[in-house]
Amino acid sequence: MTTTAFLTDSTLCIGCKACEVACKEWNGVAEDGLEWSGFSYDNAGAVGHSTWRHVKFVEHSPEPGFGGNAPELSSWGFSSDVCKHCENAGCLEACPTGSIVRTEFGGVYIQPDICNGCGYCVVSCPFGVVERNPDDGRAFKCTFCYDRQKAGLVPACAKACPTESIKFGGIGELQAKAHDRVAELERRGMTDAVLYDAAGTGVGGTHAMFILRGDPRSYNLPPRPEVPTVHLKKAWTSSVLAAGLLLTGSLLAFLTLPERKT
Amino acid sequence: MGALAPYASCGDIWTNPPNLRREQRLLELRHEAERHGRVTAGGIRPRGAPFPMASPDTGYYGIPLLKQHPWTWEIPLYFFVGGAAGAAAVVGAIAHYTGADPKLVRDARWIAAAGAVISPALLVSDLGRPERFLNVLRVFKLRSPMSVGVWTLLGFSGGAAAAAFAGFMRDRYGPSLPLRVLENAGQAASLAFGLPFSNYTGVLIGATSIPVWNANAGNLPLHFGASGASAAVGLLELMGHHKNRALQAIGLGAAIIECWEGWRIESRELSGLDPLKHGTSGTLLRAGGALSGPVPAVLRALSMATSKERSRSLRRWASVSAVAGSLLTRMAWLHAGHVSARDWRQPLEIP
Repeated sequence: MTTTAFLTDSTLCIGCKACEVACKEWNGVAEDGLEWSGFSYDNAGAVGHSTWRHVKFVEHSPEPGFGGNAPELSSWGFSSDVCKHCENAGCLEACPTGSIVRTEFGGVYIQPDICNGCGYCVVSCPFGVVERNPDDGRAFKCTFCYDRQKAGLVPACAKACPTESIKFGGIGELQAKAHDRVAELERRGMTDAVLYDAAGTGVGGTHAMFILRGDPRSYNLPPRPEVPTVHLKKAWTSSVLAAGLLLTGSLLAFLTLPERKT
Repeated sequence: MGALAPYASCGDIWTNPPNLRREQRLLELRHEAERHGRVTAGGIRPRGAPFPMASPDTGYYGIPLLKQHPWTWEIPLYFFVGGAAGAAAVVGAIAHYTGADPKLVRDARWIAAAGAVISPALLVSDLGRPERFLNVLRVFKLRSPMSVGVWTLLGFSGGAAAAAFAGFMRDRYGPSLPLRVLENAGQAASLAFGLPFSNYTGVLIGATSIPVWNANAGNLPLHFGASGASAAVGLLELMGHHKNRALQAIGLGAAIIECWEGWRIESRELSGLDPLKHGTSGTLLRAGGALSGPVPAVLRALSMATSKERSRSLRRWASVSAVAGSLLTRMAWLHAGHVSARDWRQPLEIP
């Protein structure tokens, strides 16, 4: 079984949101309101329990030479966000029921028949992807179209993407492709093109990579995501210290201060 | 058209393309809207102006990256009950082993047993799917504080309930060998599991992605452990053990640790700690901290130095303060978690 990945190339994205729609249709995800946010053309805001693919809209101020197609045009950044399917996944580590597993394709999958809605994965995701559905009670996120992959199909979002901005394939092949693409964009004058894959952070790389222009922070991508298990050592050390103090303190107190006989 | 001439054949939109001058004018309008909250240019009354923009300085429209914890009132109450029950079991067992007042041992066991019953009920009722609570017993994961905590709770609950039950039966129907075995095994289990149970909730929220919690991962368990011990001692004193000097010493020690924890939080200059110092969560935490640390510490010290009558009243107030402080502290930390998750600047490292 090959380990698979997404490569979402924002320089090819046209912001059509076909990925959002295809994802909702295939996975039967409920609609999440028809509210105008006022944040460019983004009305969903972020990935969540009812939004597993989410197109971000980043408008740039007009700047000669920055436009993608003509020097006089201002450029728009669109980037389709998704669960990162981390190599060291905080949600997977935190899940107390074993509902969250790593699939044979390398993705991180919440088994909906096991999740009991404890909500611990929600606070353990460094990308704020997992969310508890208040109506259903369970946590939801992108499944990496585990069912489609099992059947040898491409995930719904990648299948629907009309510009192949969302690429799906073997992780090694896509990583090579990503580096080539960034180099190519740089050759073409887009020197601000970057690959965001959280490699070299506590997350240890992701199965969903992104090619962006400019600072990933404009796209709500953290510069240094960290898997929460890195805090376990100092936390348990403090716990052992607290337990030791309670034990020895109580022993000392009762041994040295016996009750006065009345 | 000039530079755009090659595009003229592409279709109608190119007969009137956006140009730099108009784009810049639009940007000026947006800046004006941002500064004054309104636009004075004629004919322009955009709804919801000023227009926000995404940038490395303003993040993605200020939409929080992290999700807030979905836990309701049950969880801070569980942190309080579990902390007090775990510490009460430890104090009760040590009191028993050192031959202290049997009534103190019995009361400590009852606190532990009450916590053993209430804690799982609170946890189950907070689940999104309470009917599936047994699913947490499918696995044991050393790297998941929630999993470790649930198994600790299970061991603690069994032990504490067995010890209290055996003690009750012995008092009522007289001693017997099976009851003694049950009582000793239950007490040993409640001691062994009570030690981590009294403070693991600090690990639980410390090892998460929420900035204000994980910035304190190294001191939350000690903080919560001291808070639990403080509450256990306070409850025992309020149950009539207000003359016990050992309890006074444990309470004083816990209050001193709480003072130190408070000082640690207040003295660290870190923007991620803002929810602990400002707003509702900051007020809650400071109130909880004062009631857990300095107030009982001073009252206890005074009660040791004054006359009998005054001493009793001072000590009672110290107990009440410690119990209230412990509950308030847990509520404050969970509320701070909400505030911290909403702060979009933290995970993006935008000052």
